[in-house]
Amino acid sequence: MAFWRANERAITVISVLAGSLVLWELATRILHVPQFLLPAPSIVIAELFKAPGLYAINSLATLRVTLTGFGLAVVLGVLLAVAIVHSRIMEHSLYTLLVALNSLPKVALAPLFVIWLGTGSPSKTTVAVTIAIFPIVIDTALGLRSIEPDVMNMAKVMRASRWQILRRIRFPHALPAMFAGMKVAISLALVGTIVGEFVAGGEGLGSAILAAQGTFDTAQVFACIVLLDVLGTVLFYTIDFLERRLMPWHHSQRLLAIPGE
Amino acid sequence: MTVGFVSLSHVGKTYASPRGDVVALADINLEIEPGEFISVLGPSGCGKSTLLKCIGGLETATTGDIRIGGSPLAGPPRDLGMVFQTDVLLDWLTIVENIMITAHFKRLDPVIIRRKALELLALFGLDGFENRHPWELSGGMRQRAAICRALVDDPKLLLMDEPFGALDAMTRDDLSMEMQRIWMRSPKTVVFVTHSIPEAVFLSDRVVVMARNPGRIENDHRIDLPRPRSLAVRGAAEYSRYLTEIRNEFARLGVLKAE
Repeated sequence: MAFWRANERAITVISVLAGSLVLWELATRILHVPQFLLPAPSIVIAELFKAPGLYAINSLATLRVTLTGFGLAVVLGVLLAVAIVHSRIMEHSLYTLLVALNSLPKVALAPLFVIWLGTGSPSKTTVAVTIAIFPIVIDTALGLRSIEPDVMNMAKVMRASRWQILRRIRFPHALPAMFAGMKVAISLALVGTIVGEFVAGGEGLGSAILAAQGTFDTAQVFACIVLLDVLGTVLFYTIDFLERRLMPWHHSQRLLAIPGE
Repeated sequence: MTVGFVSLSHVGKTYASPRGDVVALADINLEIEPGEFISVLGPSGCGKSTLLKCIGGLETATTGDIRIGGSPLAGPPRDLGMVFQTDVLLDWLTIVENIMITAHFKRLDPVIIRRKALELLALFGLDGFENRHPWELSGGMRQRAAICRALVDDPKLLLMDEPFGALDAMTRDDLSMEMQRIWMRSPKTVVFVTHSIPEAVFLSDRVVVMARNPGRIENDHRIDLPRPRSLAVRGAAEYSRYLTEIRNEFARLGVLKAE
């Protein structure tokens, strides 16, 4: 009973997942679903173990481009947000430009990047950056700006410089909003990478899916999708973990707070 | 009239609004002696916080002249500490780090300021809490820490904008006593904005009464009660006389109903 209470969430998640897999397996066998339409989970798993090296290479390629794209999006996004918050001209010009960029389906830009940058990872990374940067800029700018007026007054009374206010007040204050943006951005970076791989080819799970589709190897398509899902989930929870580690003051972490005097 | 440490002559503040100009402050004249504890008392909307922000250099007066220590005001003066209605402690810093931010911003020696910070925290009964975060402390403890932050570099002028406004009645009394104790230990010029008549009378050498539409100074009461004042002073006839006098004044101004 104690074990159940301590691991209730994990047990629930695992049972629901396992139950669905069993259902899927049984359905495909009993109903004789053709393998090119929907392969059984056992076949997908077998497919993964047929060529583990190949899947590992493709997964790592996708992971590398996603992380590079995400990293660049964070650095550029935060710099843009700082510029937007500190200069009215930048706010008006950059912000409008970003909204215009975001309204464009970035998938449409991918072929252009391939023309400009070739079929290697630079073009794929660029697609990932253009998709992932938007939530980072918007959320960081919001976080940097939403300082209580009296906090600013406190800093002004202490004759703090703009740089000091940015470093010691605006930036730490913006961290929770930045992380909210990064959680959206990490998934978007993965989307951008796959789009890039669809268009540019080469290594990566996106390219592998296209190749498998060409030969109606549905089991291989599913194997890639499973890997993509695992990748996306792990990346999301990595950001979530970093958030908890870096922001012990955030409201969700305040269980240790002691009651009043 | 003698020229005080803080000197305001014919100070006015007007805000532009779509429906015409709003006069927040009109012809404010005020002289504050060095080491004087003065309360600015008035109903909400009388411009008392605006007046404080003008003295602190956070807002510029539209007309008139503000001088501190003889020199005209251009932005927040040196030797100024300020306490706000909320404690505005930074959640990601510990209590002592919050106080140390004064050293960072004002570029003071961190070793000296840290020693001073720990001293002040002990004085306010917050020893042992220096490495806690603000959200681990009660409202009263947080505001005490905010006062420590304002006092840590020993400013000549302390501005307090309804500092106890967000606290419960008991904590307010407690903090009033501590405020008096700290002020008597090293008297500095204090301008204390409040809408509580008992608080103003209890703490101050002078109570400046403000009225609204437009924000103006209506009267100036000298409070001659011996110090240190204990909470028992609130039973004294002298104290009650001051309260009645000021209350009647607000009644005359139409802020309080007499009956």
